[in-house]
Amino acid sequence: MASTERRFKSLRRLASIEHWLAKLGEFFLLLAFHAGGISLLLIQTIRTIATTKLRWSSTLNQMNKIGVMSLPLVFLTALFTGMVLSLQSAYQLRLFAAEQFTADLVSLSTVRELGPVLTAMVIAGRVGASIAAEIGTMKVTEQIDALKALAVDPVRYLVIPRFVAAFFMLFVLTIYADIIGIFGGYIISVFKLGISSHQYIKRSINSMMLKDVMTGLIKAFFFGGIISIVGCYFGFKTQGGAEGVGRSTTIAVVTALVLIIASDAFFTAIFYFF
Amino acid sequence: MIEIKKVHKFFGKNHVLQGVDLTIKDGETLVIIGRSGCGKSVLLKHIVGTIEPDEGQILIDSVDVHMLTSKEQEQFRLRLGMLFQGAALFDSLTVRENVGFSLYEHTQLPDKTIEEKVREKLAMVGLYGVEHLMPASLSGGMQKRVGLARAICNEPKIILYDEPTTGLDPINADVINELILRMQEKLKVTSIVVTHDMKSAYKVANRIAMLYDGVIIGVGTPDEIKNTKNPTIAQFITGSAHGPITDKEQR
Repeated sequence: MASTERRFKSLRRLASIEHWLAKLGEFFLLLAFHAGGISLLLIQTIRTIATTKLRWSSTLNQMNKIGVMSLPLVFLTALFTGMVLSLQSAYQLRLFAAEQFTADLVSLSTVRELGPVLTAMVIAGRVGASIAAEIGTMKVTEQIDALKALAVDPVRYLVIPRFVAAFFMLFVLTIYADIIGIFGGYIISVFKLGISSHQYIKRSINSMMLKDVMTGLIKAFFFGGIISIVGCYFGFKTQGGAEGVGRSTTIAVVTALVLIIASDAFFTAIFYFF
Repeated sequence: MIEIKKVHKFFGKNHVLQGVDLTIKDGETLVIIGRSGCGKSVLLKHIVGTIEPDEGQILIDSVDVHMLTSKEQEQFRLRLGMLFQGAALFDSLTVRENVGFSLYEHTQLPDKTIEEKVREKLAMVGLYGVEHLMPASLSGGMQKRVGLARAICNEPKIILYDEPTTGLDPINADVINELILRMQEKLKVTSIVVTHDMKSAYKVANRIAMLYDGVIIGVGTPDEIKNTKNPTIAQFITGSAHGPITDKEQR
């Protein structure tokens, strides 16, 4: 009697492990499926850019939407980050009576890391979501099918303007974020911490090397590509009405954020060794 | 002539089309009837080329659409016009840009000529002075008519209608039916209409085909269909809840 009960128990445990493994497997299959889909869309996009003429008017329109209209958001994010960074670092550096190094710390960490990554993150939220929602709505209302029926390639018509715009605009926005972030540090350091204006500017400029700025800006290009391709991909994959649009918007933003952080770590590692 | 030969299509485990055979003659209007979700729209998308069959062939004037390269396919698609279920107008573009979309995209015509053509096509569907409006500010019936004007803008040889009267009031539905008849008469086009609106089917059809369980179970003139011996077709066209079609079969 007791032995059958024990056998049942172990069988049940086996079944639950199996169930758990199946779920895990499903997850990895889905991961591979989407990774493949995103890569294919990227390849197709690059091939189409190489072989067809760019649609300037819609590209400029997207540059306005992605770049110019995101400027206030990037401005605020960078300004406050710069201010907080200088306060926090001064708090620590004061222990060693090394407050004048605040300028070095703020400017280096802004141009190398915080400028590109924070910009990419706020743009992933603002632009990645809107790309996925717009294309997703077009998908569920059959507008994508209508494009195909009118013999227009959706990749050329929809993806490329967004891809090109995000690619260059992230670069430009990151330059703004770098400058504004350092300016935020300046405000706190000069007006609150009592570092002289001259010293802050001089230390900032001296601490940065061309390589520091360049590596940050190279990352920005890639982040722009990631945000637009991921947004477009999940837009095209949308199914099932308004709920589906919501779902693909969420997954587009989450995926973009994860890819940004992961590729940031990857690039930082590469730049560290070379 | 459009020939659909033994077309199969799976969506996951769902075997939607299970060997559809159908021939549409030049200049005729064929209506495909069937229950919602039985694969009528899927069949239409196979013809327009946005969905590939898993098995079988679709020949338009003896050319297998799905064997063409994507460039050739694009050229080929300009010979077809399609009116989508929800009209599928591009909501970021004005009515003029919607109707003239393929002309703006595929031709080098000057804007003046395109505007003229757009006005002419809109007049054909009975719309005047709406060129500058956005699709969102039009009523459902007007959107459908703009969708039809867009479909005929290339002067296609084949027009496909996906549930043209669904979601319209009876009067607007009849306006669309009249338009389908007028298109056939004036432009001498081949038309395929997918619908479950029997009134519309009887009015516009030269022949009616019924799609059920992934196959065509009957083709005939409207009179032949009305007097059918097939209990499944009879149940569908009279709209009865009792008969061989049950919800279980349709899932």
